[in-house]
Amino acid sequence: MELIIGKYNYWIYIVLMMIGFYAMIAKRNLVKKLVGMNIFQTAIILYFVSIASKKGGATIPILFKDAVIIPEQYMNPLPHVLMLTAIVVMVSTFGVALALIIMIFRRYGTLEEDEILEIERNRK
Amino acid sequence: MNIPAQAPALIIIIPLLSSLINILLGMWRRNLCYPFALIVLASSVLLAFNLMNTVISTGIIHYRIGGWTPPWGIEYVIDHLNAFIAVIVTTMSFIVSVYSKRSIEKELRADKIPYFYTTYLLLTTGLLGITVTGDVFNIYVFLEITSLAGYALIAIGDEKAPMASFNYVVMGTIGACFYLLGVGYLYIMTGSLNMADLQRLLPDLYGSTVILVAFAFFLIGVSIKIAFFPLHTWLPNAYTHAPSAVSALVASTMTKVGAYVMIRITFTVFEPRFSSEIIPMTSILGWSSVLAIISGSILALAQTDFKRTLSYILIAEVGYIVMGLSVGNRSGFTGSVLHILNDAFMVACLFMVAGAVVYKKGSRNLDDFRGLNKSMPFTMAAFGIAAISMIGVPPTAGFFSKWYLVLGAIEAGQWVFAGALLFSSLVNAVIFVRILEKVYFSGNGENPAPSRDEVPLSMLSPVVFMAACILVLGFYSGDIISSVIQYTVPKGF
Amino acid sequence: MEIITSIKPILAIAVSLGAAVLILLTGEKARNLRETWTIIAATAKFLIVASMLPQILDGKVIEYTLVSIAPGLSVQFRVDALGIFFGLTASFLWIITSFYSIGYVRSSNENSQTRYFMCFAVALSATMGVAFSANMFTTFLFYEIITVCTFPLVGHKETPEALKGAKRYLTYLLGTSVAFQLLAVILTYHTAGTLDFSNQGIMSAARARGVSDAFLTVIFVLYMAGITKAAMMPFHSWLPAAMVAPTPVSALLHAVAVVKTGVFVAVKIVLHIFGVDLLRQLGLGTALAYFASFTIIVASVIALKQDNLKRRLAYSTVSQLSYVILGVALLSPSGITGSIMHIVIHAFGKITLFFTAGAIYIAAHKTEINQLDGIGKKMPFTMAAFTVGALSMIGIPPIGGFISKWYIAIGSIEAHELPVILVIMTSTILNACYFLPIVYAAFFKEPKPEHDTHHSHSDQMTSPPLTSPLVKGGNGGVHEAPAMMVVPLVLTAAGAIALFFAPSTFLELAKIVVSSVTGGN
Repeated sequence: MELIIGKYNYWIYIVLMMIGFYAMIAKRNLVKKLVGMNIFQTAIILYFVSIASKKGGATIPILFKDAVIIPEQYMNPLPHVLMLTAIVVMVSTFGVALALIIMIFRRYGTLEEDEILEIERNRK
Repeated sequence: MNIPAQAPALIIIIPLLSSLINILLGMWRRNLCYPFALIVLASSVLLAFNLMNTVISTGIIHYRIGGWTPPWGIEYVIDHLNAFIAVIVTTMSFIVSVYSKRSIEKELRADKIPYFYTTYLLLTTGLLGITVTGDVFNIYVFLEITSLAGYALIAIGDEKAPMASFNYVVMGTIGACFYLLGVGYLYIMTGSLNMADLQRLLPDLYGSTVILVAFAFFLIGVSIKIAFFPLHTWLPNAYTHAPSAVSALVASTMTKVGAYVMIRITFTVFEPRFSSEIIPMTSILGWSSVLAIISGSILALAQTDFKRTLSYILIAEVGYIVMGLSVGNRSGFTGSVLHILNDAFMVACLFMVAGAVVYKKGSRNLDDFRGLNKSMPFTMAAFGIAAISMIGVPPTAGFFSKWYLVLGAIEAGQWVFAGALLFSSLVNAVIFVRILEKVYFSGNGENPAPSRDEVPLSMLSPVVFMAACILVLGFYSGDIISSVIQYTVPKGF
Repeated sequence: MEIITSIKPILAIAVSLGAAVLILLTGEKARNLRETWTIIAATAKFLIVASMLPQILDGKVIEYTLVSIAPGLSVQFRVDALGIFFGLTASFLWIITSFYSIGYVRSSNENSQTRYFMCFAVALSATMGVAFSANMFTTFLFYEIITVCTFPLVGHKETPEALKGAKRYLTYLLGTSVAFQLLAVILTYHTAGTLDFSNQGIMSAARARGVSDAFLTVIFVLYMAGITKAAMMPFHSWLPAAMVAPTPVSALLHAVAVVKTGVFVAVKIVLHIFGVDLLRQLGLGTALAYFASFTIIVASVIALKQDNLKRRLAYSTVSQLSYVILGVALLSPSGITGSIMHIVIHAFGKITLFFTAGAIYIAAHKTEINQLDGIGKKMPFTMAAFTVGALSMIGIPPIGGFISKWYIAIGSIEAHELPVILVIMTSTILNACYFLPIVYAAFFKEPKPEHDTHHSHSDQMTSPPLTSPLVKGGNGGVHEAPAMMVVPLVLTAAGAIALFFAPSTFLELAKIVVSSVTGGN
């Protein structure tokens, strides 16, 4: 029980990731796939942010310039920085994927994978 | 400015900035983009050779971005392996860019051409970034730059390209996220992202489950990126429907750089000891590569589309490289690294031949290769050489890497691995002989001697150059191994 | 043993490679110039090889390392007695075949002549490469080049039938060499640490280090299965299939260069990779001898049933090649001598036979044996040469074939393998059975009515009308092939006879080989 409640943030990350993963693999609609992809990526961001967190009086030194500096109480800034970069990457991926979806919709008039495959088959 | 000292940074900065400048240049004068890209890539080639030279003469280069000391700052580390891969990447990018002009003009709307070269330069930037960096998170960033550029370039291909590209986006993102998770797990355990630092910190933690999970995430992520069987499903569609020049570039570089990342993770960040003794990674990878080799070859045999055939062969070739790594001895590793080089040349040459045929015949179907030796003698001669090299007939380059791979498998006592390699050679022989037969031995008398109809010189010369390299490289295998590859072999092999 | 470093072996290889480039550049437009390159290269090659002969006869060895890939792994050439023996044979016969080829392809108006001559030149380069290679790696390299560059020659006619034959050719040669020979070479490198040919064999040292006999046996079997060019059963069927090639190709490649490369490499492996002593200890020599004997007999029996002249010759080749293997497998001095002598003697005899088969096809459009009745009256020179060749195959003095059989027979006594003598005798009788009827029919039977031949072989008549000159002799119907073809075949027949009377140079070379591998130095 301790394991579940005490580390609930990690459990959420895992659940979110699985939801995203499921959507990416199992959904037949391309937009749904994309939403799944986003959930998947967000889960990872959550994970990284979680590992940086500290409970009980953790400080962010840059916000409290005059406070006494206690290194043990720092929030680790590095994972946040990494995630800023990762968010940029993810947003770009999302953008590229949306652009692709527009291309696909113009070409096939649908975003259902089954229907696209059907159109391909008929074209042959 | 002292250029050699700044080379590790310049090799990334030059193509990165140029890709942005290229857009502006394209707005002003569209036809300047091609020469501009050529100049940029040529300078990258020179820088890469310069790096290689420095590494060979003075040893490993450490370059601190912004002067921050590792492990806090990002460090670029260039040893023999990085320099080797950088040379391959820049050379391929340059040669394919020479080739791309006429091919792209035919396959793309004219107003898109500046964007093509911008993306092309970005792709090269990403690949070079992965190659030179010594930081595991930095690799993720460059991996995604590469992939994003790759998605875009593939999507501009034929009818089915957007759909193929979309599937690639989904798979590629999963791969990248797994890699990122691997980075995260390593980070919680060690608090470091620097490869050298990780290498120092990790041995004490080898027993930990978290490290094991991190390692698994890394491997799965990279395996998706290099299309390692059974995670290869995105590759054949993507590479088949991409524009010819793009296929040639991505096929010859992206899987190779992915293989490089795999080497770094399994043998630099983790010690070979971890990969082979603590978990049975090597045998898992080894047996998967057997499957990759056999199924890739057989699937290639079943295709009628030339580029799709090549894509499946590429999957088998990735299997070769991973197998060489998995046997865990000097010969196998040497074979793998040598095969990264040889395969880049062979695959680039073959995809460029495919592009040349598309350019002239408008078809990728193998049946349309009938009698091409009359109309495209030089392209087909180059094709013949590359095909023979794929089969692994001496004295072409492909033979020498295969030699080391088989030797490595035998030294490790893995007879099945050696058998799979030879089997795939035989299947390659069947595939290519069937095509060569169509090219050289048919249409006799049917259509009286079609006149010569070669592709333009800017497309022909890269193809012929590649073929010449394939012939010559084999003879220099010894020199390449003794001056570069032997230093890349991890300690303990 | 004195070692001379000289670039001559490379020159011998390069001269025909250069010629191949010149042939390609000259092309179809200047046919005479193109053929001149072939002739020049052939002559130059022979002269280069011959110029090395005196030094070799003095017991010296010529070496040259082209490129070194790893320790024990290099492209290196070493001209020793065995190598120059093979090199001389092949390069000399190339000159003759060149003239014959020119006569043949022009008379039958073959397609793609440039490709034909080019591939021929490359094939000869590679043959020299095998002859002069100093290690198994170099040998394998050139062995594969031969396979690849002769493939277009076999499929030259581009008919479905030719393509089928060529495909089988490539499947057998490339398939087995990649699957078995390459594996064997790599295993050798793995066990012995080197691939350099040595007179004592490199595997004996490995055995001393504790490599098991079973493992060595496996490697040996892999080698023998991988050298399909030697056409040992059960990997022989590419050779009859390759008979779809134009006759000069069958003559030089499938009687000399390609198949002799096969047996030459087999001899090299027996003598220089495993070594006489090791094979004797392992008992593999005897096993190989009986395997070869099996091929000798069975191939001869199959040859009896063939009605197509070239196919009969092909099966005869399969049988005769195994003589070479048999001789060396006896591991006795005379056996090895006989084996080596058989390389050259069979080459002269068989090339003559193939030349005559081609001449008959060109002059009379006949390919089947039952059509040959009375042909001796029309083509006296050709059929006389055929008789000489046939007698050489059977081994009747005063023609060369007798010598090698004699040595092999003595060798079998030395090795206490008396059943082998029985094999040789049986095979001789079988040889006589399938060659002498042809000679008899050609000279003593009356020709059959003309329409019959036309009817049964109209498919062979695809080539345009022949332009061969009609030589009017005193007897009326003499109708020989062009002189360009008849002269070479008479020359090779004369060569076969000469080898009986003056085999000294070749015998001397063979003796050098024998003394070096049986502990002479």
